[in-house]
Amino acid sequence: MREPDDDHHHPAPLSPVEVRAKALEDLLKAKGLVDEGFIDAVVSAYENDIGPMNGARVVVRAWLDPAYKARLLANGTAAIAELGFGGPEGEHLVVVENTPTLHNAVVCTLCSCYPWPVLGLPPNWYKSPPYRARMVREPRVLLREMGLDLPESVEIRVWDSSAEVRYMVLPERPAGTEGKSEEELVALVTRDSMIGTARL
Amino acid sequence: MNGVHDLGGMDGFGVVDVEPNEPVFHHGWERVVFGLVAAMSAQRLSNTHTFRHAIERMDPTHYLGSPYYEHWLTALASLLVEKGLVSRADLEARAGGRVPLSQPLRPGTALPAAASAAAPRFAVGSQVVVCNVHPLGHTRCPRYVRGRRGVVARLDGVFQLPDVAAHARERCEQYAYTVRFEGRELWGDAADGAVAVYVDLWESYLEAP
Repeated sequence: MREPDDDHHHPAPLSPVEVRAKALEDLLKAKGLVDEGFIDAVVSAYENDIGPMNGARVVVRAWLDPAYKARLLANGTAAIAELGFGGPEGEHLVVVENTPTLHNAVVCTLCSCYPWPVLGLPPNWYKSPPYRARMVREPRVLLREMGLDLPESVEIRVWDSSAEVRYMVLPERPAGTEGKSEEELVALVTRDSMIGTARL
Repeated sequence: MNGVHDLGGMDGFGVVDVEPNEPVFHHGWERVVFGLVAAMSAQRLSNTHTFRHAIERMDPTHYLGSPYYEHWLTALASLLVEKGLVSRADLEARAGGRVPLSQPLRPGTALPAAASAAAPRFAVGSQVVVCNVHPLGHTRCPRYVRGRRGVVARLDGVFQLPDVAAHARERCEQYAYTVRFEGRELWGDAADGAVAVYVDLWESYLEAP
């Protein structure tokens, strides 16, 4: 945080955490334990190639192809691999299906487990104490606060990814989308609908 | 350990703050930390279990008061210092001051004598009760299900028991299960009756009722 009397003619000094990160990076580079190219490549992959656009393709394929949907619900990892997605935090994927009377939502109360190959890296709110504390205790209240008002008649299933399985929600296909192309459908699928904090 | 990371069911944290159009990383240092952890993991200098436990061993006020990737940075620095790959003195000299590290590792869970990966002890539909245990070391058994009754919903497969893998070179493979808990079993009769929570639990955490 900059103070009002900071000298605005010079770059802001590094924050304490920036200083510590740079110190560790420099030490590891000096020891030859890490190189810049590796860091750039892995960061670029998660900034550009691995994200919820992958999960959206899985969802739309399931909407369009009943046989694929059956495979996806029976063995998420294998069916998702058919579309070319897999890797770290995606070794054991389970897909849970929403219906008009059943809503699924995903949390990790102990840390931040999340299905990276299909959703990318999690947003800050998913990793935050209020989400992790409240999603298992009062999901209907929390979802309402987050903009999803589910009637009492809808059963809520919360999936706490506490072991090796990573979960993705299969949202319902919105009404009135019968004439849309695969690409148009992919554009409708949001990240939050695949975490379960929104419906489409 | 009954650490501050085990957040399920706690009160007082307020509303969930959603940032619209959030970037993957907010700052350059977050990119660096993510890349460093990926690099150390690729070289097998840390594994998921030891890394998670190093985060859990952070001072609880530091944990709650710092952003997510500061947890990663603190855990990575702590593991590298503990392994002797980096000295705390070198790190603090470069940082120009104190670098907070995680609290020392405490003893882990002994290898369970009875557990075996040969055959699952429970089947889908089995009633189970979660053991009321409070290990000092790493565990993936959340506090809010301990002592609670549930029903096995799925066999997840055979995996390393984290309680052992976070502490020792020994490995203990065990079945893990997805267990369904009714909301009222966890949170009492006043809780929402149309909520169920599914938690993935290793066989050592479960008993027959």
